[in-house]
Amino acid sequence: MTAGARHRRAGGGSRIPALLLVPAGLALGFLAVPLAGLLARTPWGNLGAELVTPRVLEALRLSLVCSLGAVAVSIVLGVPLAFLLARVTFPGRNLVRALTTLSMVLPPVVGGVALLLAFGRRGLVGQWLDQWFGITLPFTTAGAILAEAFVAMPFLVISTEAGLRAMDRRFEDAAATLGAGRWTILRRVTLPLIAPSLGAGVALCWARALGEFGATITFAGNLPGVTQTMPLAVYIALETDLQAAIALSLVLLVVSLAVLVALRDRWFPTA
Amino acid sequence: MLRIRTRLVVTLAVAALVLAGCGGDDNSSSGGSVGSSNEIKVFAAASLTAAFTRIGEDFTAADGGTKVTFNFAGSQALATQIQQAAPADVFASADIPNMDMVKDLVGTPQSFASNLLAIVVEKGNPKGVKGLDDLASPDLKVVLAAPEVAAGKYAAEILGKAGVTVKPVSQEDNVKAVVTKVSLGEADAGIVYVTDVTAGGDKVEGVDIPEDQNVTATYPIATVKASNAQDKAQAFMDLVLSDRGQQVLEQYGFLPPPTT
Repeated sequence: MTAGARHRRAGGGSRIPALLLVPAGLALGFLAVPLAGLLARTPWGNLGAELVTPRVLEALRLSLVCSLGAVAVSIVLGVPLAFLLARVTFPGRNLVRALTTLSMVLPPVVGGVALLLAFGRRGLVGQWLDQWFGITLPFTTAGAILAEAFVAMPFLVISTEAGLRAMDRRFEDAAATLGAGRWTILRRVTLPLIAPSLGAGVALCWARALGEFGATITFAGNLPGVTQTMPLAVYIALETDLQAAIALSLVLLVVSLAVLVALRDRWFPTA
Repeated sequence: MLRIRTRLVVTLAVAALVLAGCGGDDNSSSGGSVGSSNEIKVFAAASLTAAFTRIGEDFTAADGGTKVTFNFAGSQALATQIQQAAPADVFASADIPNMDMVKDLVGTPQSFASNLLAIVVEKGNPKGVKGLDDLASPDLKVVLAAPEVAAGKYAAEILGKAGVTVKPVSQEDNVKAVVTKVSLGEADAGIVYVTDVTAGGDKVEGVDIPEDQNVTATYPIATVKASNAQDKAQAFMDLVLSDRGQQVLEQYGFLPPPTT
């Protein structure tokens, strides 16, 4: 095989089979047309005015606070969990892994109901939080963060675990033989090696938290400035003020695109 | 292994065909080419869920099996959907402003019921809520419907009239969600329709709002102009306005429409 032929093969070939092109084109259209619809109806003229209303700014601020809070919770709790899943063999590990990813496939509204039954004022855990510490989570910003972390954390765990499994552990062994302690190895060898997976996990986790709707409105309710994040504001606005809803949607769209672009080198390596 | 895979592919193919078939059916009925369709779609306010489901059953029985499909949601959401050309045949709103929002798209609306509002609390009223004034207490977690929702608008009106300032912990997207939050014990009180307290079952109870502080919610109904089943839509509307329909609504706690 010549270098040229190999190159063609790697590039996908010059002839595109119609059998592939038609469904692929339909798929692309299916995914892209709704976005075009959003852009076509965007009130470009007064977009600026729509975006600086106090209600939008408040939702935007709250979305940032809640999504970053959810990412922080996910890092503090999720990364250790990823280490456990990747490095420690224990009975029932597959079950734990399935549990970890359950909230990814669970309908978010169901997640919200489950959170209420667990952390609500009468919930399994929530009633003790209320009685012992006077803490109630529903209808609070902390509750919104909890709801977002519940659905977003698996993205970080999965990505980090994959990174840990793929890395060459001989680097850690080498560092150990050179006298490095566990903390030093973690800081100087392991974390830098899994940094791309960790980074991708954080970005995905954040994007998912930012877009969270069902669990948040069910568990945390909807109050401007306290629990009404961007997706909730879009939903409520949609029923009375379509222009505002479109403007808000556009912001979420831009943020999602930015995350994808930032990740493109990792997932869509340019040939 | 191969056999299983083949079977799976065949099953999927059949499923796809069946689904495609359904789609075709749907098109022909909503396209109106068949003459009379065998289904009508009724968009109705969330508070009408129980009563209208019952009336729908009566309609199907009386009208030779015409299926009634309901879309229950906040009136403001339904009005938006109708504006965006959702396939509705009949629209029943929990307030007049949301009916007015679509007035160019519907026939002449007629009031068919009215409703009062009440304070909903947990069974046994553990916080001892006696009236609107108590809702201002900072120790009480109050949920209201969002101001965009008909029930939320009425609640704001009532609280305004009574001069009570309430800081709700949440503004729910529809009135049923307010009842849910109270019945789960997450909230201590909310303001909902009297009929929602009845529909809320044995987990909640109502505290009456005195007549001079209360407002009357008027429910208008209209056929949708874009409907391909005008006759059936009109027949459904007639049933709601008939003695039989009014009886069902009364059973579920609705009051007769205001006489003007």
